[in-house]
Amino acid sequence: MPLFEATGLSKTFGIVEVLKDININVRAGEVHAIIGENGAGKSTLMKIIAGNQPPTRGEMRIDGETVTFSGPVDAEHRGIVLVHQEILLAPDLTVAQNIYLGRELHKGVFIDDRAMNEGAAKAVRGLGSDIDPNTIVSRLSIAQRQLVQIARVLLVPHRIVIFDEPTASLTPHETDALLKVIRQIRAKGVGVLYISHRLPEVKEIADRVTVLRDGRLVASHDVSELQSADMARLMVGRDVAKLYPDRHAAEARETVLEVEHLNVPGYAQDASFQLKKGEILGFAGLVGAGRTELMEGMVGLRTSRGVVRHLGKPVNFKDVHASLKAGIVYLSEDRKGKGLLLTKDLIVNLTLASLGKFIGALQIDRKRESAALDKAIRDFDIRTGRKDILAGQLSGGNQQKLLLAKMMLLDPSIVIIDEPTRGIDIGNKEQIYKFIAKLAEEGRSIIVVSSEMPELIGICDRILVMRSGRIVGEVTGDHMNENEIVVLATGATKEEAA
Amino acid sequence: MANVATETAKAPKTSKDWDMAAIAPFIALALLLALGYFANPNFMTSANLLNVVTRSSFIAVIALGATYVITSGGLDLSVGAMLAFVASLMILFLNSGTVADPALALVAGMALAIAIGAACGLANGLITTIGRIEPFIATLGTMGIYRGLTTWLSQGGAITVRDRDILALYRPVYSGSFVGVPVPIIVIFVTAAIAAFVLYRTRYGRHVTAVGSNEDVARYSGISINRVRTVTYVIQGLCVAVAVLLYVPRLGSTSATTGSFWELQAITAVVVGGTALRGGVGRIWGTICGAFILEIVGNIMLLSNFVSEYLIGAIQGAIIIIAMLVQRSLMRR
Repeated sequence: MPLFEATGLSKTFGIVEVLKDININVRAGEVHAIIGENGAGKSTLMKIIAGNQPPTRGEMRIDGETVTFSGPVDAEHRGIVLVHQEILLAPDLTVAQNIYLGRELHKGVFIDDRAMNEGAAKAVRGLGSDIDPNTIVSRLSIAQRQLVQIARVLLVPHRIVIFDEPTASLTPHETDALLKVIRQIRAKGVGVLYISHRLPEVKEIADRVTVLRDGRLVASHDVSELQSADMARLMVGRDVAKLYPDRHAAEARETVLEVEHLNVPGYAQDASFQLKKGEILGFAGLVGAGRTELMEGMVGLRTSRGVVRHLGKPVNFKDVHASLKAGIVYLSEDRKGKGLLLTKDLIVNLTLASLGKFIGALQIDRKRESAALDKAIRDFDIRTGRKDILAGQLSGGNQQKLLLAKMMLLDPSIVIIDEPTRGIDIGNKEQIYKFIAKLAEEGRSIIVVSSEMPELIGICDRILVMRSGRIVGEVTGDHMNENEIVVLATGATKEEAA
Repeated sequence: MANVATETAKAPKTSKDWDMAAIAPFIALALLLALGYFANPNFMTSANLLNVVTRSSFIAVIALGATYVITSGGLDLSVGAMLAFVASLMILFLNSGTVADPALALVAGMALAIAIGAACGLANGLITTIGRIEPFIATLGTMGIYRGLTTWLSQGGAITVRDRDILALYRPVYSGSFVGVPVPIIVIFVTAAIAAFVLYRTRYGRHVTAVGSNEDVARYSGISINRVRTVTYVIQGLCVAVAVLLYVPRLGSTSATTGSFWELQAITAVVVGGTALRGGVGRIWGTICGAFILEIVGNIMLLSNFVSEYLIGAIQGAIIIIAMLVQRSLMRR
């Protein structure tokens, strides 16, 4: 008998059916992966199983006994815990305080800090980490925070653990560490539901795979019966043979950007590189290697020292306004926090950086703005039913396309894109890659910062690798493979990496 | 076209659907008017209504500036004290006899008030942006400064316009009317129209909303956050100055307590009008509506015998809480 079983689960919001007749089960001691594109219904399914939302129809059983959850706490009492995709920790509290938040240990009326610190240290060690439980969470890296979050969740007695895209912001190295943790959990006889976009790791960790598409269950197999390509095809509903566009290697062309000995205090040291016209240059490295900060320092979002020459002339951007004016745009990795105004409509977002182009006699020319949105929707294939919805209502992929369209209104000559496809499903990824290739073909120079090595290898002409704030190497041509990059990014020897 | 139908239904919360929050204050105003009508037959007379709206003009004009500050994510607690300070300086100038001709003296005094208002606002803006001090604390500080300076200037008493010619010339600005409409009411609608135009139709207005909505997004889009925010405080200062221009001819006098608690009334008017206190959504006409609501509540309490007029402050306090609750429930949907 499966540990957990759901039959005929359906969920409707208004007249929209986001889940239809899902039958799914989890056995003790297995990892069951749920894959699907954004909007396929994975998150809704997980929310129902974790008690965050009631199903519209259908039944859930634990050990064969029918259950209904009044809320997530109720589900926890039954042993079902959820590791959220977002980091939900109080940044000003310590690791131990966060792990025990809401369930503090007491000694009489006093909080028992020592016991909590010991318990937290043990929990964190159990996940293969040595984070000091007294550390303030805001000082931790994203990966460490995620680990703390997992430790916090696992403190609840659990029989089923749901991981909602846990590796979305992790490096390959950290991902490996996390997969190891998940294997340990599995070995204890816990049932694991694992949601992810990343097919290789699904292949690696899962025992069974269930594919959702448009709210329906389209396939459920043992993982050994499926190749990554099969999974991708099932998710998208068509063949995705070629994810990356064909590109001709850029010929020797003039240098548009020269960076010499650029320092971003605390993040990047002595960075020197060149960017050629029409080139796509990749920046690889682990999270925290200083790639984002280097780019932000270059465009005036952070203080930096050093020489930056744009078209041969030394420039010193003191704010973003100056770099935008020079034709250099930076698209943040934090699309929702720094890229788009989620509570504003598409037009406001599209024209925000280039409003000067939409000023009539005195006021903003709304007709011109509206025409620009129409064009952006066409050019970048932004899928939206209505044009008056809020940016936050678009899917991740369409948000990225809108952000791209917003920055392209400035007609930049240099485009820096940070994590261009983070949290984006495979169909949209393919399109984003095409846009990037097209921008390069138009003679713009592109810098792509990414933690996903396959995508860098797939679209870049050249890749620079950063480690601990320094550019430690460059890979080109035949050397552009994951192994070479990992060696440089981690500082490991080739034997270790292999 | 089942596909289109699903797409539309998937996105029920469009920008259009937020209109309920925009309309709510006007519905509240209509309900209040109906209540007033039943409470006292004298309420619905044009004389009474014009009088009420005229008296709301100070708060209404100040609240327009507050709408800018709050929309951009700031707060200004100093406006009441600033009004007293600017008005006192203006009267002292008029009394100084620097300009002999009454008409010229008046024009110079008005120009001076505008300049001082803008300077006070600029000070608030620079302290919060360049000085990087929380707006609440920064303007709490300047509130004390402006209020203290006023008390000092008046030596704890009153400052009164001494020149009868000037006062005679100036009186109509508050008590006069143009084609039957009291001047202050004209001022309310003209300033509100300008404020609405700038906030909704110009690049600067769009930037104000963007900065209040998400500072980081604005910065990454090349918008100078400090400049946008500082200018909102200058706009606030200008609005206070306009309120001063209406206030001085009313009594021809100020004291250390002039404008006490007006900052709270202005913020109440803004919030009741549907502007989000966390920034990012500004509603100019809602603010005007909010200022009317505050004054009408007081008026109804005076005209009716149900509730003591001494409870006006308590009722206004309750209104701001109710307005927030309504705002939140509308946003949740």
